[in-house]
Amino acid sequence: MNPSRRSFLKSTGLGFLAFGLPPSFLVRAAGAEQNARGKSLVVVFQRGGMDGLNVVIPFKDQAYYALRPTIAVKEPASGDERGIDLDGYFALHPALAPLKTIYDKGQLAIVHAAGSPDNSRSHFDSQDYMELGTPGIKSTPEGWLNRYLSEKRAAGSPFRGVAVSPQMPRTLAGRAPALSMSSIEEFRLRNLAMAGALEKLYSNSADPLFRQGGKSLFEAMARLRAIESRIPPSTATYSAGRFGNGLKQIARLIKADLGLEVAFTEIEGWDTHVAEGGASGQLANRLKELGEGLAAFYQDLGDRMEDVVLVTMSEFGRTARENGNRGTDHGHANVMFVLGGGVRGGKVYGRWPGLAPEVLYEGRDLDLTTDYRAVCGEVLTRHLAQRDLIKIFPGFRGSGSLGLIA
Amino acid sequence: MSSPLTAEQKTIHFLDRTSFGVTPEIVQRVNRISMSAYLDEQLQPEKISDDLVEEKVSALKTIRLNSGELFDLYPPPKVAKERGMAADMMKAPRMIIYELQQARLLRAVQSQRQLNELMVDFWNNHFNIFAAKGADRWLTTSYDRDTIRPHALGKFRDLLLATAKSPAMLFYLDNWLSVSPSARMPANARRRGLNENYGRELMELHTLGVDGGYTQQDVREVARCFTGWTLLRPRGDAEFRFEPRLHDPGDKIVLGRRITAGGIEDGVQVIDLLARHPSTARFIATKLVRRFVADDPPASIVTGAAAAFRRSDGDIRTVLRTIIDSPEFFSPEFYRAKVKKPLEFAASALRITGADVRVTPQLIRYLGRMGEPLFLAQPPTGYPDVGSSWISPDMLLTRMNFAADLVGNRLEGTRVAPAALSDTQALIRLVAPDSLSPATRRALAETDEKEAPAMLLAAPEFQRR
Repeated sequence: MNPSRRSFLKSTGLGFLAFGLPPSFLVRAAGAEQNARGKSLVVVFQRGGMDGLNVVIPFKDQAYYALRPTIAVKEPASGDERGIDLDGYFALHPALAPLKTIYDKGQLAIVHAAGSPDNSRSHFDSQDYMELGTPGIKSTPEGWLNRYLSEKRAAGSPFRGVAVSPQMPRTLAGRAPALSMSSIEEFRLRNLAMAGALEKLYSNSADPLFRQGGKSLFEAMARLRAIESRIPPSTATYSAGRFGNGLKQIARLIKADLGLEVAFTEIEGWDTHVAEGGASGQLANRLKELGEGLAAFYQDLGDRMEDVVLVTMSEFGRTARENGNRGTDHGHANVMFVLGGGVRGGKVYGRWPGLAPEVLYEGRDLDLTTDYRAVCGEVLTRHLAQRDLIKIFPGFRGSGSLGLIA
Repeated sequence: MSSPLTAEQKTIHFLDRTSFGVTPEIVQRVNRISMSAYLDEQLQPEKISDDLVEEKVSALKTIRLNSGELFDLYPPPKVAKERGMAADMMKAPRMIIYELQQARLLRAVQSQRQLNELMVDFWNNHFNIFAAKGADRWLTTSYDRDTIRPHALGKFRDLLLATAKSPAMLFYLDNWLSVSPSARMPANARRRGLNENYGRELMELHTLGVDGGYTQQDVREVARCFTGWTLLRPRGDAEFRFEPRLHDPGDKIVLGRRITAGGIEDGVQVIDLLARHPSTARFIATKLVRRFVADDPPASIVTGAAAAFRRSDGDIRTVLRTIIDSPEFFSPEFYRAKVKKPLEFAASALRITGADVRVTPQLIRYLGRMGEPLFLAQPPTGYPDVGSSWISPDMLLTRMNFAADLVGNRLEGTRVAPAALSDTQALIRLVAPDSLSPATRRALAETDEKEAPAMLLAAPEFQRR
């Protein structure tokens, strides 16, 4: 291929179809500043509704195999294409093998039959509800991660809340300033001659939306440029694509000690209505990207994982029974991962409601036994020392501790 | 701002809402023939000659081809190999999407049928499909050209039915695979039962809206009505087909109404029921008022638009005219109330600078980083239409960089017209007559003449319409 075509393809914005590689960065020197070693919460949102039943497989539940004649993952035994035994009842999808080591080290906890209690089954509403932290209520003005930032009122680092995603997610939008970016490297103004005047223009603007946006932008650019050269390089190989890059950028921000408290990134492609696959196939490919990304993040941060808890969530699970196209439709409860140095891992948490027809939610879906706000709430209180949870999740009364965090 | 808009502001406001951005030419035209005459023209795009931009668009190879031709000329790598075709990245399926993106941007900037283009963009987003999903790589070209475009200013019901039958939508929302649970299928068939995906989005996103009064049971019933609405040759010469043996012949009740037509007419009856449902009138009116007036659609205009929708049996022209003619349309609180989405921002910048546009990968990538890679919204909701979605720091930064690159002629192949930039005051009058903020005025005063247009395009005023 000639060079102009190569650079053409790289720059079309369609690269994910061909190369899918995140830009690589030149990181000049190691040696991070030892200040502000704060604690961070990282939220990974799996957009599209992950099929939790095929991710952490209840292989001892008699009903599972009957419900899923073509897409079930086989129970653990020797050989490939089978689930990885976790505790004699549940098995991890084989594409998530990189996470098993972390589970065995006791730094990955799994919560099954968890999620949002709302039954909308609309991607849009369910994601909104989950991100706002108020299932069933759409008028909540800000996301729950943003409410946490507002409540905490910590010193004003522009990096307290960062989303590495194409758009500012609902969960980080609100009163407290937050940032979204695609990468540290590209977060700069190309025409420096205009920088001073532009900064002044935005900070004096009478348009509050743009004044606030400009303020976050210029503060963040200044801070990043000041420390950029001192961020230690990544020590792990992330999965190619936007998700791997997202976690890589978040790891860099954590290592840079910029005062990052909550970070957000997302991974799409879970809406498996058709040809979902079992141990291999469509879902397996998504899980491979997820597992490799999370494992790289864990390895990259090393000892710094002591200060970090990462939580995964998806708007809803999927129908217990496979549909007519070897896929699954929108369902209810799901599975969540909680990863971190201080996590009491190596265990599948949550009461298992079972898959027998009479216990399925609305006759079709896995019932919900753990509200995702109980999981996130526990991380907020135990890891980030947030006292008043009702301010973050208004209207939610938890039912005692799960014991996820040491 | 509370004082009524000046005549100059009214013109700019009107054009900012009904086009992809003002140019000196269309301002002059409106001043000459009046806003209402201009609107009449724009509502009859078939009478407006558009040769200039269509000539440019027709230079793109894929835009006129049908799905079968596209699949043959731009096959997936595996098929190309089987057919012994030489590996050629310029013949990869993603080139089709790239050309669609080019056509969309070229037309937004240069079409004389601005309102029509804007509505094509609106409906593409309302009936969103993801062009990179499987066979949709070969089906989106026809979707834009044959499904959306002919109905952009027509009857909503016709548009809805066209999308329901379009190969691109049948594929994107999986309906082509949804079959009656009782249909006899071979044991190894990929389709063996109902798929709810289309049934749900048809009501939630295309017609009634999520609060439009349907239940999970309705979703299933609608899905049953559409069993058998399938697709021949999704990868090739794709074609809608109703397949009676896949259709569920049993009784169905949708929104309390018994569907009795039978066969393909079950689905058509659902389309008619939904297109004429009061929730649909309200939902579509709300979305249109959000596009044309404000993020928080004012109830009075929505009510009027919904009534017009019902009165005219979903005539899109009539609804648009009702919105624009409503007395509140020129209310000062809505002046510059909308944030331009990325396509609107980029197109308006290219228009106001009189740029000779060459759509390059660099330009397309800019739109992606601003948050709107064209034809590539993955979820069925499409892109949001509220300002706060478009002004994250990174998106704002990208807009600033775009403004500087455009005015500095650093967009590959694109050149701004020196005449358009020579008179900063004239430029300001097109952006914000009588109302440039003190902050922007000061910044411009402190900027040297050469950078002033970039500063203006990067300023908050230009991010709004």
